[in-house]
Order: sequence, then C-alpha cells, then structure tokens
Amino acid sequence: MSLDVTSIRKDFPVLKRQINGKPLVYLDSANTSQKPQVVIDAMTNFMSNGYAPINRSAYQMEATDLYEGARSALAKFINAPKAHEVIFTKNATESLNLLIMSWGRANLKAGDSVLLTHMEHHANIVPWHMLVAERGIQLRWMPLTNDGQLDLTQLDTLLDGVKVFSFTSMSNVLGTINPVQRLCAAAHKAGALAFVDGCQSVPHQPTDVQSWDADFVVFSSHKMCGPSGVGILWGREALLEAMPPFLGGGNMISDVRLDGFTTAELPAKFEAGTPPITDVIGLGAAVGYLEKLGMAQVRKHEIELSTYVLNMLKDRFGDDITIHGPANPELRGATFSFAFRDIHPHDLSQVLDQQNVCVRAGHHCAKPLMRILGANATARASFYFYNTMSEADALADALDSASDIF
Amino acid sequence: MAGLEDLYREIILDHYRTPRNRGELDPPALFADGHNPLCGDEIRISVAVQDGVVTDVRFSGSGCSISQSSASMMTSAIKGKPVEQVKSIVRRFKQMMTIDEEDSEIDESINLGDLEALQGVVKFPVRIKCATLGWNTLLDALATEQK
Repeated sequence: MSLDVTSIRKDFPVLKRQINGKPLVYLDSANTSQKPQVVIDAMTNFMSNGYAPINRSAYQMEATDLYEGARSALAKFINAPKAHEVIFTKNATESLNLLIMSWGRANLKAGDSVLLTHMEHHANIVPWHMLVAERGIQLRWMPLTNDGQLDLTQLDTLLDGVKVFSFTSMSNVLGTINPVQRLCAAAHKAGALAFVDGCQSVPHQPTDVQSWDADFVVFSSHKMCGPSGVGILWGREALLEAMPPFLGGGNMISDVRLDGFTTAELPAKFEAGTPPITDVIGLGAAVGYLEKLGMAQVRKHEIELSTYVLNMLKDRFGDDITIHGPANPELRGATFSFAFRDIHPHDLSQVLDQQNVCVRAGHHCAKPLMRILGANATARASFYFYNTMSEADALADALDSASDIF
Repeated sequence: MAGLEDLYREIILDHYRTPRNRGELDPPALFADGHNPLCGDEIRISVAVQDGVVTDVRFSGSGCSISQSSASMMTSAIKGKPVEQVKSIVRRFKQMMTIDEEDSEIDESINLGDLEALQGVVKFPVRIKCATLGWNTLLDALATEQK
C-alpha cells in the first residue's frame, strides 16, 4: 500500500497556498520541511492551554509529561535502547558541536586522527577544524567516486589508527545514501568510534541506531516536520555518561557549591537552561505523524519520485541538465543538485521562484564538496513525501521558462 | 510584485552574455578578490592607476548574471576616469543599491548611464549583494595603493 499523497497534502496548510493564482511548489525540504496541522496544533494547544516550565515544581506535570513523551517517541522512532540517551539541543549543528567538543576534548590529543568524508556539511567539518586548532588533531578525508558515492576502496587504510569516523548518512548535496551499517562496522573493526550525521536520512527512511551499530547520531527536528529550534543527539549511554558536560548552567547540575559542581544524570546533564519546550512538544507530534505514515512507506514513495524525476528530467533536457549524485534511485534520496544549460544557479532559482517553484541555490554549506564538483554553487530541488510527480513536472516547465531568458 | 523584466533588463543580459574587460592585468596593477559567502560567487578586480587616473580595469571570476554584468558595466563606466571621480561613481552606485539614509557626500548629479538598468535589482533584495560584489572589490583594490 503506497502513500495517499493527495490526502497527505491536506494535512499541510501551506501546501494549499496559491501565489498569483498558482500553487506553491515547495522543493526545498532538504533545507527545511513544511509542517502538518497536528504539529501546529500541538504547539498552539500547549501554549494556549498547558504552558509551563518543566522539571521544576509539582504543577508542571503536564508540561513535563509532554516534553518527556517527545523524548520517548524519538527514542522509539530511531530504536534507541533508552530514552535518556536522546538529548535535545537547539539544532543539529549544536548537537555536533556538543559531541565533537565534549567527547573530543576528553578523548583526543595532539596527533590523533579523525576520518571525515568529502561530502560532509560544514557542521561536520568546522568543529573538527576548531579542534585541530585547539588540540593539534589530524583530519583524514575519504574521497568520492565519479558518481558521488563514498570511495570505499581505501576504507581500511583510511581507518587505520583513527579514533573517530564521522560521516553523513546521506549527502545534502548529492542525495547519496551511505552504507551506514558497513561504515560503523569498519570503524569499530579499526578501533574507532562512529559518529553519524543523520540530518538528511532520518526524516526520509526508517532509522535503527542499533542495527546501524552507531555510537552517536545527530539530526534535526525541522527537516522532519517538526519546528526549528530543536536538534537531537543520540549516543550510547556509557559514552554519554563518560563525557563532560558541554554547556553549564541550570538544569544540568546535581549540586553546585562555591568550589565546584556535580552534573545531573542523563539527559539533563546535556540540557543546560530552559529547553525549547514548545518546540520539543511540536517535534513529538511530528514523530507521531511520521510513525503513522510509516517511514518505510515514505522511503518507497521517495524512490518512486526519484525514479520519475531522474527519467523525466533526462528525457526532457538530455545533456542540457547535469544531475549530481548516483543515477540509481535505490542508492539515493530525492534530493537533486543540478546544473542546467550554463545558467547560474541564482539566476535559475530566481526564474523558478517567479513560477512559485522553490529550490535552493548556493553551496549548501558544503564548500569542500562544491570545489570537487567544480562549481561555486548548484541549484537543488529536494522532495519529501508530500511532493508529487506533477510538482516535478512544474519544476521542468519552470526550467524551460529559464531558457527563454538566458 | 516585481517582475523578472525589472531584474533581467536587456542591457544587463547583454553584458552578461558579452562581458566587457574580462581578464586580469599584470602587476603593478592593483587587485583584490571578493566573494559572496552566501552563494560562493568569486570575483577578482585588477585596476591600473597612473597619475591618479584609472587607465585600465579588468574583472575575472564566476558568478550569476547580476554579479557578472554589474562588474562588466562597472569596468566600462570607470575606465579612463580619475580615481576621485571613480570613487564618486561607486558611492552613487552603492546608494542606488541601498535603502540606507542619505549620504551628503554623494553627488546626485552623477549620471550612471547604463548602470541605471541595475536599479531593478533593489526590488530583489537577496540579489543586491550580487550587484555590489564587483564594486566593493574595486574599492578594496584601490585601497591597496595607499598601503
């Protein structure tokens, strides 16, 4: 049974929007996804009827239950063994910074090596560069094949002697889905930990951190129908317990004295200050929504969409369009960076915007990858379960209109 | 709502398709590199100054139609002009590209000629940085002379 997209689209108020009499064609979900009514309602209801702080006083039971309920829902969603292994941050970038700085400072010293890949987002590069400057660690890089997959031919050599292999589960530029389970196994065989940036894949396919056998996974709320303002860090209990705190302040302590402090238990230890309570509750509703759709169904729909998009764009535009990343829809998500007839991505996105077709143009926070692709920027159309084949056609029609100008 | 015809005027597309003064000058010409961190566009301006006059100017790099045509039109507008006059043109142009408060130093009588075609860019605020990239880089290049 496949997804009833017509009915699903009714769940998203913004998808009913028309601009200049024409529907909005939102193809930028790899950037941020749209929100279903249940998420909007959960947040509105909480602020209207139940708003309170959490974990402080007796009267706050309802707010605390909703907040912790979201944590439990998240844990189940990614098959985490324990709910308190799920840490809420303010975004996935902060999750990575928490992980890299807290774990890295406690465990890495000058000369230690970390393996990254050429397809990482800046959030999985820059904090490591900061640690290079601070600690004198060394970075190694896994290259890519011509069709935008990780080049695994040197996997064991690259992993030899590294302390961490930190990689994305899916490229936000190429759409490539990486073999996370295999990469985690290789890392562990080499005695390294596996950090997984799950931002692009977690919203689009089933996630099982135990079958991955990952050590840490980060992802973000706003790409999976939840609100912005919440990131998630999942880690193995023993590893999280051994890590020093990242931010200090309220909520994260067990005791504070004039001469020091002791930390709270997980997860509070890593959740200093008042958390984004309303947003986490919204995320909890988003997880419920996705569970109801079924992530396997979401993935199936996106493979069908990818197959259609790849074939249709090639049929219509032939060599005038270059789509980056793997040609096999089974190996990729429905995120397509492309070059079109020498038209600069910014000009392209401007013309597409005029047709209400929303795509991203730019370097997608992956400048090292852009240099490898030999581009300053690409245009990127990214699809989600609420997108349709006729929206893909609208993209192609809009591309045609760009040719009329340039 | 602003239409694309406000942005992609024919003179702009002409400079984009057939850029003027594309390339680089050899030292002792002054040069500077500019980039737009939002989009990754890069530009290099090299400018030859003799006796206080811009005798030659070139631009290289890659970018969108607006950044490239604006740089091309800029080179055409300033070549052969005294540096002081060039700086006035830059100020006048940047004023056209902003919604900032008045700058009393700006000579309103300066005729920007073809450059006026870029006025439509202001209706597309995300593109203003594209249009001003070459100009800010020119100022950086000219500033290297005083060092």
